[in-house]
Amino acid sequence: MATVEARQLVKAFEEVRAVDGIDLMAREGEFLVLLGPSGCGKTTLMRMIAGLEQPTAGDIVIDGRAVTDLPPRVRNVAMVFQSYALYPHLTVERNISFPLRAVGMSKEDIRKKVDWAADMFGIRRFLNRKPRQLSGGERQRVALARAVVREPAVFLLDEPLSNLDAKLRNSARDELKSFQRSLGTTTIYVTHDQAEAMGLGDRIAVLNHGRVAQIGTPQDIYLRPSDTFVATFIGSPPMNLIEDGDTWFGFRPEALVPAAQVPEAAVRVPLRIKRVEYLGAEQLIYGTVEGRGGDAAAIARIPANLDIGVGAGEVCDFALSRHDVQRFDRNSGRRIAEATS
Amino acid sequence: MTAAAEPAGRAARNKVMARFIDNERLLWPALLAPAIVYIVLLVGFPFLLSIFYSLSSATVATSDIHFVGLENFTRIIHSDTFWRSLWNTIVLTVISQFFVLVFAGILATALIKDFRGKWLVRLLILLPWVAPISLGSIGWLWIFDSIYSIINWTARAVGLFGEDFWPIWLGQPNLAMAAIIVVQIWRILPLATVIVLAGLSSIPQDIHDAAEVDGAGFWRHQFEITLPLVMPITLVAVLFGIIFTFTDMIVVFVLTRGGPYDTTQVIASWAYFTGIQGGDLAGGAAISLFLFPVLVAVAILFLIAARRSEVT
Amino acid sequence: MTTRSGGARRIAGRAGHAAILVFFVTFLAFPFYWMLITTFKTTQDLHDINNNPYLFHDAPTLDHLRVLFSDTMFLQWISNTMLVGLAVVIITLVLAVPAGYALARMKGPWAQTLGIGIFLTYLVPPTILFIPFSRIIADLGLQDSLWSLVLVYPSFTVPFCTWLLMGFFMAIPRDLEDAAMVDGLSRFGAFFKVVMPISLAGMLTAVIFAFTLVMQEFVYGVTFITSSASYTIGVGVPTFLVRGDVYFWGSMMGACLIASVPIAIIYNMFVDRFVAGFTMGAVK
Repeated sequence: MATVEARQLVKAFEEVRAVDGIDLMAREGEFLVLLGPSGCGKTTLMRMIAGLEQPTAGDIVIDGRAVTDLPPRVRNVAMVFQSYALYPHLTVERNISFPLRAVGMSKEDIRKKVDWAADMFGIRRFLNRKPRQLSGGERQRVALARAVVREPAVFLLDEPLSNLDAKLRNSARDELKSFQRSLGTTTIYVTHDQAEAMGLGDRIAVLNHGRVAQIGTPQDIYLRPSDTFVATFIGSPPMNLIEDGDTWFGFRPEALVPAAQVPEAAVRVPLRIKRVEYLGAEQLIYGTVEGRGGDAAAIARIPANLDIGVGAGEVCDFALSRHDVQRFDRNSGRRIAEATS
Repeated sequence: MTAAAEPAGRAARNKVMARFIDNERLLWPALLAPAIVYIVLLVGFPFLLSIFYSLSSATVATSDIHFVGLENFTRIIHSDTFWRSLWNTIVLTVISQFFVLVFAGILATALIKDFRGKWLVRLLILLPWVAPISLGSIGWLWIFDSIYSIINWTARAVGLFGEDFWPIWLGQPNLAMAAIIVVQIWRILPLATVIVLAGLSSIPQDIHDAAEVDGAGFWRHQFEITLPLVMPITLVAVLFGIIFTFTDMIVVFVLTRGGPYDTTQVIASWAYFTGIQGGDLAGGAAISLFLFPVLVAVAILFLIAARRSEVT
Repeated sequence: MTTRSGGARRIAGRAGHAAILVFFVTFLAFPFYWMLITTFKTTQDLHDINNNPYLFHDAPTLDHLRVLFSDTMFLQWISNTMLVGLAVVIITLVLAVPAGYALARMKGPWAQTLGIGIFLTYLVPPTILFIPFSRIIADLGLQDSLWSLVLVYPSFTVPFCTWLLMGFFMAIPRDLEDAAMVDGLSRFGAFFKVVMPISLAGMLTAVIFAFTLVMQEFVYGVTFITSSASYTIGVGVPTFLVRGDVYFWGSMMGACLIASVPIAIIYNMFVDRFVAGFTMGAVK
C-alpha cells in the first residue's frame, strides 16, 4: 500500500501542454479514477506515474519518496494497458511470471505466486496457452494477473475494460472492484467512461485540458459539480444549463418533474415539448425553456409510466425543488456557492 | 536465468549503467552512432575523396597527386563519348523504367488474385532479381549470341524472320541499346512487381467493395480507386528502379563492354573503363560524379513522396 | 438474364489472366530455362545451328558441370562468397539492429529525417565510390583480399538493413516494451527479452537480404580482386570462364543456375515479410 502524489506536474509535447500543472494525491488503498474526454491528459499523467514518460516539470511522489528521476522498473508499480500488452511469444504462465523473473525470484516462489494469481482470476487452465489463443476477456484476466502477481505498491490501469464487449464489461467491473477491495492496493484507473468511473472509484478526478477540474467522491462530482464542464461531462443526459443573467441556472434532468407532483414552493419550469424518447423504465422529454437569453434546450427524465398527457409542440408545466438548482458564473463557468435557503 | 543467479551483481551493474540506460537522450544517439560512423567513413569519406580526385591528376600508377581544378571536367564535357554516354544513360533509364512501371502494374494486378500454382509463378518471377546480375547478364549474352541466338532461331522457326534476316543483336548500336534496355527491364521488374503487389494488398477490401457498390466499372475502379492508392508505394518502386538502372554498369559491361565503338557506353561503365581499366582515377572519378545530380534529384523526389504518403 | 454473358466474360477474364501470367513468366524465367538446357548439352550440339536448340541432339551430358567443379575454382568461389556474406551479415546486424531500433523508437521530428537520411546513403551507388575505394583498399594493403569486400560491403548493407529493421521494429507495439519496463526490466532488457524474440523473423529477413546484396555485388569485386582464388561467384564465373573469344557457355550457365535457384527459393519464402518491413519504413 502506498500513497501516490503528483506535484505541480507539467508535461509539454512540443507546443501542447498535455498535463498542465496537476496536483493530485491518491490515498493509501484508494481506488482513484482519472476521468476525462480524450486528449485531457489522463493517460499522459498515468504514464508519468509509471515512469514511462518524463515530466517537463514537477514531481511524482510514491509513498513519500520522489521517484521522478527513477526508471519504471524500480518504482514498484504494475500497469495494465488498454491493449493488455501481453507478450505474444510467451505462454500465459511466462507472461504472469515475467515481472518475478525480472527481479530474479527463486523458481519455487515464482510457481507459488503464479498459481496464486492465476487462481484469483480463474485462468489456471490457460497457463500453457499463448495469448493469441485466448478470448478478449481471458486476455484481460491474464493482464490483471500479471499486474497482481508481484504485489506492487500501486496498480495503474489504463482503460482495461474498453476492449471488452458491453456484457462482459459489467461483470469485469464488478470483479475488478472486489479484487481491489480484497488486496487493498492503491489503484489509479484511467477511463473516459463515466459509468465505469462512478461504479469503481472511491474518488474521481475529472480532468480537462491537462488540469484537474474537480476531485471528489462520485456523489460530490455528480451532485456538486465544480464548474459547467464537469456538470455537462458527467451525467447522461448531461445537466441542463439555462442562461439567467450573470449566471447559468443548472439542474439534472431527473430533478425536473411534472408540476403536479411537487409542493407549492418549487421552481416552476414551463417546458415546450419537442420530442419524447421512450427508454423502457423511463422516458426522456426533450423540450425548450424560455430563458432570459432566449430559448434554451432542456431535457427531463421521468419514469416511463408517468403520463404527461401533452403532445409535441405543446407546453407542459414542470417543476424543480429548490435544492436541486445549481448556479454557475457565466464568465468563468465556476460554481457559485449555494445561497442557502 | 543468469539474471536470477546473480541478482546482486546485476543490481550493482545496473546502478552504474542506470544513469546511461535510462537517459534516452543519451541512449538513442549511442545506439545510432556506430552505424552512422561506419556510413560516414565508408560512404561519406570516399565520396569526398572522389570529389578530390576529380579535381586532381590522380592515376593508379603514381602517388604524386596535384590539384588541376576543373580540368578533368572540361576535358570530359568536350568528349563525344561523354555526351553519347549521358544520352544512353538517360534513354536507357527512361525507357526501361517506363516499361517496368507499366509491366509491374499489370503483373501485380494479375498476381493479387488467388490461383493454383501461385507459389511457383512467384518463384519464377523472382528469379531475375535473385540471380547475381553479372550471371544473369551472361545468360542474356548467350541468348543474344551473334551465331547461336535462340531468339533469332525461334523467330525464324515460327516464320517471324525471313531466310536472310539474322540480326546481330549486340553488334549494331541500336539493337545493342535495345538489348540492354530489355535486360534492365528484366532485372528490375521483379522488385517493382513485388513492391506494387504489397501496395495493392494493403488496400482494405472495404474500399474495393464500396467502389463496387458505388457502381464503378473495371477501368474506373482501376484508375480512380486502385491507382491513386498504390501511387505512393509505386513511386518508391520507380525511384529504386531509376537509381539501379541509372548507376548500373554491369549489364553494359557484360553485354557489350560499351561497344561497338562506345555507342552503348553509359556513364557508369565509361567511368569504370576510364578509371580502373585505363588507370585514370581522376578522370573516372570526375565521370562518375556526373551521376550525382540525378541522385540528388531522386533523393528530393523520395522525400516528397514520403512526406505526401504520410498524409494518407 | 445476364448469366450467359457474365459466364463468357468470366472465361475471357480468366484467359486474359492466364495470358498475362504466361507472357511475364516466359519473359522473366526464359533465360533460366535456357540456362538449364545449355548446361546439359554437349558443346558440339550447342554449336550446330542446324539442330533445334530446344531439343537434345546428343544425349545430355554432365561435362560442363565437371569442368565447372574440377577445372575452375567454383567451389572456392562459393565458399569465398559464403565467407564474405557471413562476415558482412554479422557486421551489418551489429550496426543496423541498434540503429534501426533507435530510429523506430526515437521521438521527435528529426528521427524520421535521420532515418530517410541513412536510407538515402544506400542510394549512393558503388559506381561513384569504387574509384576512391580502389585507392583506399590499395593503401590499406587489402587488394586481392576478401577482407576488402568485408570492409566495403557493409557500406550498402547497413543503410538498407537499418531501414528494413526500423520498419519491423515500428510494427511492434510500444506497449509491449512499456509493459516490460514497468514489469522490472531496463530498456535493454525489454529489447532482448521482448522485442528480439518477436522480431526474429524480421531479423532473419534482414539477414537474407543482406546476404543477397552481397551475392549480387559485382563492381567492387571486379575492382578489388584480381586473383582467381579470391573471386566471389558473381565475379569469378564471368571472368574465368571467358577466355578471350572462347565462352564456356555450358559451364557458365550451370554456375548461374546453381548460384540463383537455391536463393530464389529462400527468397520466395521471405519476400512478403521483406516488403512489409520495407514499406513500413517508407509509408508509415
